[in-house]
Amino acid sequence: MKKILAFLLAALMVFSLAACGGTGDKDTMSESPLPAPQLTVDYEVKDDFKIGYICLHDEKSTYDKNFLDAADEATKAIGLKDDQVIIKTNVPEGKECYEAAADLVDQGCDIVFANSFGHEDFMIQAAREFPEVQFCHATGTKAHTEGLDNYHNAFASIYEGRYLAGIAAGLKLNEMIAAGKITAEQAKMGYVGAFTYAEVISGYTSFYLGAKSVCPSVTMEVQFTGSWYDAIEEQNAAEALIARNCALISQHADSMGAPGACEAAGVPNVSYNGSTYEACPETFIVSSRINWAPYFNYIIKCWNTGAAIDADWCGGINEGSVVLTGVNEGAAAEGTVAAIKTAIEGLKNGSVKVFNTANFTKDGAAVTTYMADVDTDAAFTADTEAVANGAFEESKYRSAPYFDLRIDGITLLNEKF
Amino acid sequence: MAKTETKKHTPLLHIVKRDQGSLTWYNRLLVRGIAILAALLVAGVLITLLTGKNPIQVYGSMVSGVFGSPRRIWNMLQGLAMLLCVSLAVTPAFKMKFWNIGAEGQVLISGLACVATMMFLGDKMPTVVLLLVMTAASVLAGMIWAVLPAVFKAYWNTNETLFTLMMNYVATQLVAYFLKVFVKDGSGVLTPMPQYGLPVLGNQAYLLNILLVALLTVLVYVYLKYSKQGYEIAVVGESENTARYIGINVKKVIIRTLLVSGAMCGLAGLLLVGGTNHTISTTTVGGRGFTAIMVSWLAKFNPLYMVLTSFLVIFLEKGAQQVSTDFRISSSISDIITGIILLFIIGCEFFLQYRVVMRKNRKENA
Repeated sequence: MKKILAFLLAALMVFSLAACGGTGDKDTMSESPLPAPQLTVDYEVKDDFKIGYICLHDEKSTYDKNFLDAADEATKAIGLKDDQVIIKTNVPEGKECYEAAADLVDQGCDIVFANSFGHEDFMIQAAREFPEVQFCHATGTKAHTEGLDNYHNAFASIYEGRYLAGIAAGLKLNEMIAAGKITAEQAKMGYVGAFTYAEVISGYTSFYLGAKSVCPSVTMEVQFTGSWYDAIEEQNAAEALIARNCALISQHADSMGAPGACEAAGVPNVSYNGSTYEACPETFIVSSRINWAPYFNYIIKCWNTGAAIDADWCGGINEGSVVLTGVNEGAAAEGTVAAIKTAIEGLKNGSVKVFNTANFTKDGAAVTTYMADVDTDAAFTADTEAVANGAFEESKYRSAPYFDLRIDGITLLNEKF
Repeated sequence: MAKTETKKHTPLLHIVKRDQGSLTWYNRLLVRGIAILAALLVAGVLITLLTGKNPIQVYGSMVSGVFGSPRRIWNMLQGLAMLLCVSLAVTPAFKMKFWNIGAEGQVLISGLACVATMMFLGDKMPTVVLLLVMTAASVLAGMIWAVLPAVFKAYWNTNETLFTLMMNYVATQLVAYFLKVFVKDGSGVLTPMPQYGLPVLGNQAYLLNILLVALLTVLVYVYLKYSKQGYEIAVVGESENTARYIGINVKKVIIRTLLVSGAMCGLAGLLLVGGTNHTISTTTVGGRGFTAIMVSWLAKFNPLYMVLTSFLVIFLEKGAQQVSTDFRISSSISDIITGIILLFIIGCEFFLQYRVVMRKNRKENA
């Protein structure tokens, strides 16, 4: 009897808890100001067409899931049959990548795509051996210097997405200043980066410039972890930045380490590569990511219509390659969605340029000329003038980012190569 | 007399070691065959329950992943050769009951020596000399990595399992460190240098590796079975005291055997880096150093059986990859299948060594 009573009591408590959870939850996410568009398929796919994808990990990694989701979306939109798509996951950045690519060619693939930076040398090896097959590689840097007709690089102007996310961050800082929580001088952001090279530098600088466009007094500190995925290091870095009085945190690393640390400390967070709203409903503001579906649609269209694929393809806002999640209106400042939408229009019509040289200085002086290292070589020779028409022209001379200036207002706490 | 015995408690079943030679060879084969069939059956049921796929198709996909095209067969043979090479390398030490779990590091450090030679001396000497230097550097590096724990074991009786394990970490971190020094573009991938690689036979990238490992298999078989040194290894493994009693210098045997073991790991590193990959990463050896222990043990340290056990492991590995590609199911499912099959095979070895005896009926006893 006692046991039954205890059980009933316990059940009652569980139910009342569940009831509380149900009523307390309120979705504060807005519609995305920059959603992934529907793919336009204005071409016929040949019956014998086949595409093969090579992924470094599987859907358990957020980086690879982003590619796998895009591949599935393209398959569905274009109407490819199951036997026209082969996906190889967990392919390491070594000889295995070449073997995977060659095996895909054996199975009749007309296009082979690989998704990780380190796959590049092995994709080039396969491209040399199979000139009749197109090899496309995301995030690589060598297509424009290899001189192969069938090897191509792709990236997206994700710096535009980060700039938009930066605007949300700047507005949040303005709100904190207006509420008297911090002074204008204390408007300092923290950024958790992976490695100290162009892709990350371009990313955090565009984020900073976005914030600065609405909050002129903002400064930023950057802490590198030396890894693309290390939850503990990223959490430590975020906690260190919070301890240094950073009022807002963003990151270019894939784990939940930094967003989790922000949620625990109640510090607003601008995320990357997908929403962390579910886990961090109090502090998540907005997140940008690259949408690869338009690129897949593009290369499949090229092959089926007999057009050549660009050696370097960099999708932007217009192509639908750069997308944002919804804005968490529970954490973001008022008017964030409207401000982002205005900036999107500016980016689209060219009136807003992320790396406008009027908006930043280096060592106290305006930047009028800069030789960037665009062509890959062991010595990192600066080979290409990248400043023209009043802006640093990112992703113009190759798809992967090459902006690596250290501009005023951003302090690097460490460096990791 | 009989009365008191029946009163003594006897368990329902107990396990008894089989007499040597109590099972004929075809009985042994039968038991193993049944084990594999049972494993396929259990894994098949599990596949159907968890994924709803047809298990026959899943097994068909495994076979096609291993034998589906000439390239896949070459890849399988290469995988088999490299795993077999490392398995052969660990065998002499294990036969001596020297628990060397450092093959991973020994192969990796030889690969590092090989890649460094290719990088810094590749354009400075004629090909033949370069190949000799590459070989010497790799083999020497493997020997050093293996003999250090052996010397400490022989003279100060340190724990070789911990020592060799730690040496793995040192090797991995050294490779990570030198990759940071060699490569600066953030990918951490050292561009392959096929121009300085081992010669390619008959236009088949993996043929040389396969032939060399086949030769090594025969050599190790002869060495362990017919040479005096092989006999000494067996005696030290059975009992160090016996070895000492009949005048074997145990210290010398330990050190000499680990030098041989390390040299073979060095060869594996040379073939992996100089012969196949032409570059290195921290995952170049990819766990072969540990899998090799299982391969060697399953084959009861017989180099000829090791060809079969390596094939089994490689078949499961390549087959599982194909399954996850064909059916787009998570690689975890393939790992589960591999685990079930290995469990049954190792389990059946137990029943070949021991038999289960049921408690006898009281009436019978009386």
